[in-house]
Amino acid sequence: MLTPALPPQGATVRARRWRRLRRAVALPLAALALSGCTVPSFGASPGATSSSKSVYHLWQGFSIGAAVIGALVVALILYAVLRYRRKGDRIPAQSQYHLPLEVLYTVVPILIVFGLFAATLVVENKEVSNPKTNVVVDVNAFQWGWKFTYPGTNALVYGQTTQNPEMVIPVNTNVRINLSSSDVIHGFYVKAFNFSRYALPGVLNQFTIRAQNTGTYFGQCTQLCGLYHSLMWFRVKVVSQSDYASWIATFNNPTAEAAAKAASKTTSQQTASLVPSKPSSTKFGR
Amino acid sequence: MRVEAKILLGLGLFFGLMCAVYWNWSLENAGGVMMFAAMLLCFLPGGYYYWWSRRMKARPEDDPNATQESGAGVVGAFPGTSIWPFTLGMGTFFVVLALVFGIWLLVPGLGLVFWAMIGGTAEGRRGGTH
Amino acid sequence: MTDVLNPPVHIESPDHGHDEHHGPTGILKWITTTDHKIIGLSYTVTAVIMLVIGGAFAEIIRAQLASPNGNLVSLAQYNELFTMHGSVMIYLFAGPFAFGALANIIVPIQIGAPDMAFPRLNALSYWLYLTGAITMLSGFFVSGGAANFGWVAYAPLSNSINTPGAGADLWIGGLLLTGFSAIFTGVNLCATIFYLRAPGMTMFRMPIFTWNMLVTAILILLAFPVLTAGLVMLYCDRHFGTHIFSVAGGGVPVLWQHLFWFWGHPEVYILALPFFGMVTEIIAVFSRKPVFGYKGMIFATLSIAALSLGVWAHHMFTTGVVLLPFFSIMSLLIAVPTGIKMFNWIGTMWRGQVWFSTAMLMALGFLFTFLIGGLTGIYLASPPLDFFTHDTYFVVAHFHSVVMALVLAGMAGLYYWGPKITGYLLNEAIGKWQFWTLFIGSQVFTFPLYILGLEGMPRRVAVYAHDAQWKALNDLSTLGAVIIGVSTILFVVNVVVSWKKYPAGDNPWDGHTLEWFTTSPPPHHNFYRLPQIRSERPTWDYNHPGHQALHHGQHDEPSQPAPEAPVS
Ligand code: HEM
Ligand SMILES: [Cu+2]
Ligand SMILES: [Cu+2]
Repeated sequence: MLTPALPPQGATVRARRWRRLRRAVALPLAALALSGCTVPSFGASPGATSSSKSVYHLWQGFSIGAAVIGALVVALILYAVLRYRRKGDRIPAQSQYHLPLEVLYTVVPILIVFGLFAATLVVENKEVSNPKTNVVVDVNAFQWGWKFTYPGTNALVYGQTTQNPEMVIPVNTNVRINLSSSDVIHGFYVKAFNFSRYALPGVLNQFTIRAQNTGTYFGQCTQLCGLYHSLMWFRVKVVSQSDYASWIATFNNPTAEAAAKAASKTTSQQTASLVPSKPSSTKFGR
Repeated sequence: MRVEAKILLGLGLFFGLMCAVYWNWSLENAGGVMMFAAMLLCFLPGGYYYWWSRRMKARPEDDPNATQESGAGVVGAFPGTSIWPFTLGMGTFFVVLALVFGIWLLVPGLGLVFWAMIGGTAEGRRGGTH
Repeated sequence: MTDVLNPPVHIESPDHGHDEHHGPTGILKWITTTDHKIIGLSYTVTAVIMLVIGGAFAEIIRAQLASPNGNLVSLAQYNELFTMHGSVMIYLFAGPFAFGALANIIVPIQIGAPDMAFPRLNALSYWLYLTGAITMLSGFFVSGGAANFGWVAYAPLSNSINTPGAGADLWIGGLLLTGFSAIFTGVNLCATIFYLRAPGMTMFRMPIFTWNMLVTAILILLAFPVLTAGLVMLYCDRHFGTHIFSVAGGGVPVLWQHLFWFWGHPEVYILALPFFGMVTEIIAVFSRKPVFGYKGMIFATLSIAALSLGVWAHHMFTTGVVLLPFFSIMSLLIAVPTGIKMFNWIGTMWRGQVWFSTAMLMALGFLFTFLIGGLTGIYLASPPLDFFTHDTYFVVAHFHSVVMALVLAGMAGLYYWGPKITGYLLNEAIGKWQFWTLFIGSQVFTFPLYILGLEGMPRRVAVYAHDAQWKALNDLSTLGAVIIGVSTILFVVNVVVSWKKYPAGDNPWDGHTLEWFTTSPPPHHNFYRLPQIRSERPTWDYNHPGHQALHHGQHDEPSQPAPEAPVS
């Protein structure tokens, strides 16, 4: 690709070099085009929600950039050390500055960075938007387990560590998650959603997920929260909308009602100050 | 001196700008205060150096054509050895241990600290023993 | 106190009666010394011991993770282990090694100074560091064990309800001590560089290593006070009933994260810039060329410092309470000056005479490993991708690519400057073995962690029983850790084998900067004589008149006259 630099002989050499450079850039791009839409996954996967797929594509975009730049830099380093390895005691030309080159490798990265930033903004705005919906789940994290309640219904799921409490949500529906913590900071993370968010004491974190595939997905606390952090597991079960409705209905019996009431009461008594009912607006640290 | 001043003032200016953008945009106070403080922390010595750089002529180390002889004279007084840093370090060690194991450790701790402060100052005054 | 004169020409011979010869000897000499070289050496030895201790913790961590349901250590012990591994490595190894060890020894010599500006303060820094290290590590010997809330000590996990016990307080106390140690070193480096340069050593003739240390020192002064303040608040919350970080009393837990990371991100550069500086010097010397884009390099360093104060909350993207776009673009922008450095390093080697000494191999290993760490860092500056990978092994892999690169650079520094400090070279054959094991081990250790992170393995977990398929990749990573362990042993072996065996001479590598002009080891106040300083490579100019650096457009043969005859 890059051959040893020749002694400068004027325009023809420069033109030849330019052509070679163009070929070097064109080849990988052509290869990419030829391979069709099978852009490699670079280790990630599309996941189960609509935004997890956007994240996946962003991941691919970043990875292509990283791979191209990484390969270029590795090639340059290898070329430099192999081609210019010490062969004698001759002192090489002591050149120190090459302004056009330096400007080039300052400006091009800036452009790349703004490109990456633009792509980031698109996906980010999609992920942080909270469209209106009537399926809401209050997720409460505690040492060491999870409690899922569904406001306006009696549904309640509660479980500690490896009991794997299961959050049930309908497919193809916007589901608003109200995430809170009753003690220390926890992390709500579901691999299949390509997404995580802290459960902070004193803060109500809201986000929306829209699952596109039914199935059961593993989730786990990702923010160190003490002794049983390793085992603070849960599951998310995405079911059809009718299954979801009937699941909610199973809670419409007196015992479940009482349990739901008791649960909401303990929450409001014990941790009234820790579990806010609306997003916080503290100015310090917000 | 001028280059030194410009670096610090430049950094301070940048932190000031960043602070203005951040504070107005985020309305979050902790970061705003810290960036503002960072700006002040740069302006303080930066301004001092700048003030001096306008009042003195270039020192030999700022003069690209200076010869070694141009810096002739005393560079400064340097101690050969001194026991006081060690004493002060041990004192501070005990003070910190007092935070953990009990307030009584402040007695040896602060004792050593004061002893070292007096001893070290006297050493500096006397010109020391090296 | 001794008055030190400039120029130091009249102290002609090494056996001229010298103050140090009359001073105390043995342990008392170590305790009372204010010589920056001896203090730097103490720092070096202590920091390398810390690397070994932190490495030992890491090996236990990896052994535990070699099986999905490992029971080598308990859940509680595991929390202590990774907390202390991270703390020892960051607070007690990487930082002190970077700005206490090599900088202490090299910076004054590189600018032609007789010592640090405040030698006694310098000694105090060391004692605070040593006692801080002892304080933090002694947590293992108190009931309840060492700190176990991660090296970041997030509130409210770190309060007295969730983490009672002396271990946590010892962690705070140790950090207070090492924090002040760092601040004093920062003051000392700034003053030394601003006031003790030799005549003719203008700011834009300082070697890049010294420049990087100056910027590091400024960052220390800006960042460390914030950490210290945060620690005092944390201590007050734990013991004096304040509620700064607790919701119950009206406080804000996230404030701790703001304080911690406002220190923590600049700290990343406080750790990295010194090693960047070492690598820059080494690549230039072993390519027999000046640093390519010297001025651009300095501006890159300064802009890294400037930006690094505005990116802290990229560690807090998933809190949901920070301004995402601001921190995202600022973090992405840091990639630009970092990239400039990378290209400058390549430009330095370009058309040079690259000599594969151990130091140079380590520096090249740094380039590759740091490239991986740098590229993966760009992902994490994008909030959606951070939501995806935050607190998984992807992050662990990312920062271990970076820190293993720093370890490689640090080793390069030891092989390069060790002979100057001790007067003896290390064995090159063992050195190359050490390089290959360290380099390959680092990649084998980190690469599986990237995949594990993408597959969803969270960090700080002692077991991963729900997905036993992760075992194969974890085993591979553990193998890498073992190879790294072997490289550490090889280093110790090398020190023992080469002990006072291969005299180095004053200038074994045909160095560029002033430390290669004086003797190995340098005399008490560093120089018997100094050359005229007309560029950032005074020693090179002296040894190779007629080969000074060329500007763009200049031709191979220099057209200017050789530098003036140096003072002899
Ligand atoms: C011998 C080479 C090393 C090995 C095998 C190693 C291994 C590990 C592993 C497996 C973890 C993750 C523990 C967990 O999350 O459960 C970890 C965490 C960490 N390591 Fe290393 N490491 C090494 C060197 C270093 C170095 C040189 C540094 C810094 C200079 C470092 C800094 C850290 C930090 C800050 C953490 C995070 C601790 C925390 O989560 O609180 N490591 N290391
Ligand atoms: Cu947890
Ligand atoms: Cu950071």
